[in-house]
Amino acid sequence: MTAPNATIWLAILLGGVGTYAIRSSFIMLYGRLELPASVEHALRFVPAAVLAALVVPELAQVDGTPVVQSGLSSVEAVQTLLMSDRVLAGALAAVAAYYTEDVLVTIVVGMGTLLALGAV
Amino acid sequence: MSFLADLRSGARDTAPVVLGIIPFGLVAGAAAVEAGLTGGQALGLSVVVFAGASQLAAIDLLGDGAPLAVVVGTVLVINLRMMMYSASLAPHLDRAARRWKALGAYLLTDQAYALSIATFRRSDTAGIGYYLGTAAPLWIVWQLCTVLGVVLGARVPPWLPLDFALPLVFLALLVPAIEGPATGLAALVGGTFTTLAVGLPYELALPVGAVAGVVAGVVTDTLTGGEVSA
Repeated sequence: MTAPNATIWLAILLGGVGTYAIRSSFIMLYGRLELPASVEHALRFVPAAVLAALVVPELAQVDGTPVVQSGLSSVEAVQTLLMSDRVLAGALAAVAAYYTEDVLVTIVVGMGTLLALGAV
Repeated sequence: MSFLADLRSGARDTAPVVLGIIPFGLVAGAAAVEAGLTGGQALGLSVVVFAGASQLAAIDLLGDGAPLAVVVGTVLVINLRMMMYSASLAPHLDRAARRWKALGAYLLTDQAYALSIATFRRSDTAGIGYYLGTAAPLWIVWQLCTVLGVVLGARVPPWLPLDFALPLVFLALLVPAIEGPATGLAALVGGTFTTLAVGLPYELALPVGAVAGVVAGVVTDTLTGGEVSA
């Protein structure tokens, strides 16, 4: 059963207000809130860590299922992944990203490889 | 750079990224209607919450009649990662007027963060104009796609792997973010931990994996005597 109308609107409102508080936290308080040097140091590693966290699970899939839920043993999982279309397409796209530093070229190489491998 | 030139430059860099969010936005609209929400509620979610993964989780829970606290709690946990983005962007946006910062905070997404931080780390002149230039087109397209998804349902040609475009965008930004052993290890640990933690509830895998990656980077950097310049 779908939740009642009032619940849905309240969820939208409270979810939105809370999400705004999260988003604005440091942006709005910076300067008034002195960050310790150790935190500033740690923040430099956020881009690499977050971007990899967004990319790798999308590549590490077996037939659309996350690899940890595929039921394969770890050796099988690694072997399957190394031969998978998504990982190969991702690897070629990474090479393209390294040499061009261009988002569009990376997308074209990655999608093109995935389509070509799917057609084989 | 002037605000307007900055804005244009951000918008230009976002153009390919916008492609990647189209299927996601269509699904955000179509899934809401399928779950029994009205078109207005679907658009309400996209305008008020404006965060894809948390919207899909909320739609799923609301469709099952979950209690309010569970829905709101889930949304906030999924969006907690944006506190990291907020902290990471804050020093770069500090010079801007409060009203622009307030608007920028509302528009914060994975994509706008990733594009902007990559530029801010290269350039001293880019400011909040660049950030808003990356963020605003994503907002506009997200709302349009939500409406289209409500009206048409999600009809992306099945042979076109558009869902793969978004990870490719992040990959294109990840590669130059790896500058040496410490950032490299942050990426390796962040990616691996998140992949292994995929089964965690409430989309916790990403924040857990990202924090593990940051810790790995800090430890490596401390042991090797510092790689990243401020």
